[in-house]
Amino acid sequence: MLTIADHQFSSRLFTGTGKFADHNTMLQAIASSGSQLVTLAMKRIDLTRGHDNLLGPLQSLGVKLLPNTAGARNAKEAIFAAELAYEMLGTKWIKLEIHPDPKYLLPDPIETLIAAQYLCEQGYIVMPYVHADPVLCRRLEEVGCAAVMPLGSPIGSNQGLATETFLRIIIEQATIPVIIDAGIGAPSQACRAMEMGAAAVLVNTAIASSAYPQKMAKCFADAVATGRQAYLAGLGAVNHHADATSPLTAFLTDSSIKVPIPTAHIMRDST
Amino acid sequence: MTYSTVFSQLAPDALSMKLYSTTAKEVELALRNPSGNIDSLLALLSPAAMAYIEPMAQQAAQLTRQRFGANIGLFLPLYLSNLCANECDYCGFSMSNKVKRKTLTQEELAAEIAIIKQRGFDSILLVSGEHETKVGMGYFESMLPIVNSAFNYVAMEVQPLDTHQYQRLGQLGVDAVMVYQETYRPHTYAKHHTRGKKQDFIYRLDTPDRVAKAGIDKIGLGVLLGLDDWRLDALLMGFHLDYLEKTYWRNRYSISLPRLRPCTGGITPKVELTDAGLVQMICAFRLFNPQLEISLSTRELPSLRDNLLPLGITHMSAGSSTQPGGYMTPDSQLDQFEISDSRSVEQVVTQMKLRGINPVWKDWEMGWVKG
Repeated sequence: MLTIADHQFSSRLFTGTGKFADHNTMLQAIASSGSQLVTLAMKRIDLTRGHDNLLGPLQSLGVKLLPNTAGARNAKEAIFAAELAYEMLGTKWIKLEIHPDPKYLLPDPIETLIAAQYLCEQGYIVMPYVHADPVLCRRLEEVGCAAVMPLGSPIGSNQGLATETFLRIIIEQATIPVIIDAGIGAPSQACRAMEMGAAAVLVNTAIASSAYPQKMAKCFADAVATGRQAYLAGLGAVNHHADATSPLTAFLTDSSIKVPIPTAHIMRDST
Repeated sequence: MTYSTVFSQLAPDALSMKLYSTTAKEVELALRNPSGNIDSLLALLSPAAMAYIEPMAQQAAQLTRQRFGANIGLFLPLYLSNLCANECDYCGFSMSNKVKRKTLTQEELAAEIAIIKQRGFDSILLVSGEHETKVGMGYFESMLPIVNSAFNYVAMEVQPLDTHQYQRLGQLGVDAVMVYQETYRPHTYAKHHTRGKKQDFIYRLDTPDRVAKAGIDKIGLGVLLGLDDWRLDALLMGFHLDYLEKTYWRNRYSISLPRLRPCTGGITPKVELTDAGLVQMICAFRLFNPQLEISLSTRELPSLRDNLLPLGITHMSAGSSTQPGGYMTPDSQLDQFEISDSRSVEQVVTQMKLRGINPVWKDWEMGWVKG
């Protein structure tokens, strides 16, 4: 089980609600994914008529909702979005997303840290979307974030774990869950993230933009479960050289083996 | 520096020559590396690329789906006034046209808004003619609070203003400013704009710089397709977009691709842009700029609009009126131009859903920035 704040999740695949053609497809895909944590953008929620036509069906799925601050360009806007989420949905869980760059939607580390610190102090369960920056992740942990969500590659790019080297460091150092967010484009990439020791992955575009979202969601669910099991089973170490079946240094313990001494080398080394 | 400095260094005639001498091989190369590459945009807008519309469309559809999902944002234009102090020979609002003039009062604005809200819209594009004394900052300041209290997203398409005025509009809740250059060819521009402040080509050209400096979130560019060679105008707009994105990287950008339509006292298009050409242009811009928002208006016929839905469009209007007070009084003969898609919002939405597109009514929360 994965524990974030006071909540336990048996599924380590988190999903989103954006980019689907219609609500039915989205709901079927989420159900098929087995996901128990689903993000939704505060900027799209419309309660002007007292209800939002997305919220009800989502809540009927029994998943935990994780409102996000997508669209916020600085700490002030993100804090407002978090407060709005609390007011509208009654949850203090918030996925903190601050991207002032509309091209690649890359997260602003400075504004994210400022907003995270404030929201944590106000009792929010903060899960910030960040670049795969090990130092930033430690700083976010220090201010009280419940998890960190570093990107594998730019949002929606389906490029996979382009930041793998840094993700490994983040996972190694973190004492809070590390959820790989953004860029995961194929079940095999999700599996790899889990094999590396990620606590969970968040996948949206790869499911929503596939030809059969419901089917793809199930593929991701299987891949994440397999990756987690592989991590727990303990992957064999990767060697760059073959393990010799006839070791060259066996003579050190076995006196019957005679190895010729390379005299030329000895002479050169001794000069 | 502003864009007019960059623009003055371009050589449009040479670019035109290059457009018309592009080879199939160059188009194929552009298809392999289109994103952010202005040479590729040129190749994809060229006549040679007409033979590659299908692969362009396939790639454009895929990119749009990946970036924006199966979503299209819906908005409506709300015409504040048809008063205009310019003479433009393609526009029904031109000052010498003998049409009835109207500027909405606060009460009329509220009534228009009530109808639009009832139809479900949360995003509005305020439009007016260009009359800075009667429909200027004072008027906007009195009307925007009413608009702002009803919509989460407010865009404006009015006469170009100074930076401090855009700052004020931002304080009053304006999220986006659309300013269409009409044509990037100065001699053509001069020919069609014969009277009024709009004659100042450079002031208009530098408007997006002023909007960006004022901190407005989204900037819309556009050319009126048909005034001059659309391929070259589109390419020059691409240069403008490229400059803006690199200079003001925090802003969002949209383009609008209006084809010249019949209107009172209007002209016929000099260069016809066919449906195939429009598709080529949409796809070329999507491949050049995967994050670009592309709007489609009701100027186009229903069948074309439906077929364009998956190809790169991100925003569209439906059930539009192009006259002040037109939602309350639809037949008042005050139109800026004739619309081609007169279907109701429900009919358009039905078509969207049939084609696997999710209509998005709300995609912004005004409280974040206006609260």
